Amino acid sequence: MSLRKILRNTFLVILLSMVVSACATKKTTTTSSIDGQIQGDVYIGADTVKELAKGVPDRVFFATNESILTTKSRDTLRKQAAWLRDNSNINIVIEGHADERGTREYNLALGERRANSAKDYLITYGISADRISVISYGKERPVDSGSNPLSWSKNRRSVTVKAN
Amino acid sequence: MNKLKILIILLLLLFYSNKSFALIEVDITRGNLKPLPIAVSPLFQDSKSKKNFKKELNIEDLGSEISKVIENNLKTSGLFNPLSKDAFLQKPDIAHLKPRFEDWALIKSQALITGKVLIEKEKLKVEFRLWDVLAGREMLALAFTTVPSNWRRVGHIITDKVYERLTGEKGYFDTRIIYVSEEGPKTQRIKKLAIMDQDGFNTKYLTLGNELVLTPRFNPTNQMVTYLSYFKNLPRVYLLDIETGIQEVVGDFPGMTFAPRFSPDGKKIIMSFAKDGNSEIFTMDIENRIVERITNHPSIDTSPSFSPDGKYITFNSDRSGYQQIYIMKSDGSNVKRISFGKGLYGTPAWSPRGDLIAFTKLHKGKFYIGVMRTDGKGERLLTENYYQEAPSWSPNGRVLIFYRETKSNDKGEGFSAKLWSIDLTGYNERLVETETDASDPSWSSLLGN
Repeated sequence: MSLRKILRNTFLVILLSMVVSACATKKTTTTSSIDGQIQGDVYIGADTVKELAKGVPDRVFFATNESILTTKSRDTLRKQAAWLRDNSNINIVIEGHADERGTREYNLALGERRANSAKDYLITYGISADRISVISYGKERPVDSGSNPLSWSKNRRSVTVKAN
Repeated sequence: MNKLKILIILLLLLFYSNKSFALIEVDITRGNLKPLPIAVSPLFQDSKSKKNFKKELNIEDLGSEISKVIENNLKTSGLFNPLSKDAFLQKPDIAHLKPRFEDWALIKSQALITGKVLIEKEKLKVEFRLWDVLAGREMLALAFTTVPSNWRRVGHIITDKVYERLTGEKGYFDTRIIYVSEEGPKTQRIKKLAIMDQDGFNTKYLTLGNELVLTPRFNPTNQMVTYLSYFKNLPRVYLLDIETGIQEVVGDFPGMTFAPRFSPDGKKIIMSFAKDGNSEIFTMDIENRIVERITNHPSIDTSPSFSPDGKYITFNSDRSGYQQIYIMKSDGSNVKRISFGKGLYGTPAWSPRGDLIAFTKLHKGKFYIGVMRTDGKGERLLTENYYQEAPSWSPNGRVLIFYRETKSNDKGEGFSAKLWSIDLTGYNERLVETETDASDPSWSSLLGN
């Protein structure tokens, strides 16, 4: 191994440890890529996320072609369920969305599946199905207009919106 | 092989029965390697008709304008090479009576179109002839009348007749394309239904853009269109009569209805219903509104398309775990997966000839438009791009129209959606010009010539 290579490797290790320590202070999970905003193909950052009430995020994110809820998504939906229980006069619409890397019609179906995935979870936490309607927008309403994996991950989402 | 032999015999019979064994023949199976040189003489008009055209249509030289429509059609087909009019030696009226074939052979033309137009009792009267220059004989002569405002269609009808005579197959020029016009930023696209002639002229907008509209499709038998509208934020399948402008929702069903298409006899709509996270395929009889369930599976079943004889349906489903193409009998029985290549497959569209299914394929981050036989064999990818999908067949099953989106930068700039067409052979890929950005094209049947 040449001296230059050793030096470069050492430099990389130092750089990496700096990044990791920077992350640690910002309280994010460890195994992440793209600036710590995607985990296992699912967006975990805070960009584009709004709040239905203080501490109650309005959306959950999905992996490509998936409608399975991640641990973080279930946590978010439990917060939404608690808020809905406290505000029994509020009805909601869950909007299901897909990224731009699929055919239009399949994406409409996929968005519907994602929205229902969130709806079903709210129902298991005691929210009446009558209070929840769903609508799929497929790939028609991206929130991030970039054409890159990070943008797509933000667009694969279901968003809970107040209906009244 | 046997089929091919029968076809050849049929073709021979066809030519013999016409009594003039054509020297010119355009081979449409091999693409545009050697487009046929053809001369389109301006259609002759007498001075009285000329004055009438000027008055009624505000067109100085209608005969010349119609010949330009024909030339453009022939050129975009990729099978013909229309020669420059500058080189023409014979005047239109004389050429139409009796061409001096030596003159036309001199400019390397193998076929010649001549004609004349005049106004008679407020009708546009057209006659035209197709000549085989090398054999020195007439191949086709036809006359017809129409209303003057239809003059572009005259050019399309002539092209169809010429195409049919020289290739042995029906043309696709007297047709229209319905599509979705797009404007505005990517996150808030304004979408409207739009319709235009196959060559991009006579664009009309059919909705105002107040609600999202998607996936319009022509009824193959009349001027009806079915599409998806988000009117009142309820995504539902609608019917629209292009002649009257009347639109109606096809039914009040729970959940979303989407991905509509007509049956080949035009009497049913086949579409997906999505409810509780599951999309299934249904048909609805337009006359009596009776709904029939076709698929029954907890996966996504969508993008259905009938075979031209109405006996089978192709669709895409992710029942295998990923989006793949299936076929089944029209009652939903005998479901069989037919796509087995690498990648995901969607948007199957059954060819009007019945032998092929066009599709979109996604593999390793690229999108392809391709065709396969109805048993899934013989897959051929025609074009690769960053994003493209939703092929729709020309009524003769020779050309596919689809849409393509460009990649945007991190700010979302550089995004566009455009219509493209490609020959079944994979040759002659070309941009179809539209006034705005465009997507979801659907090709009409021949308008009736």
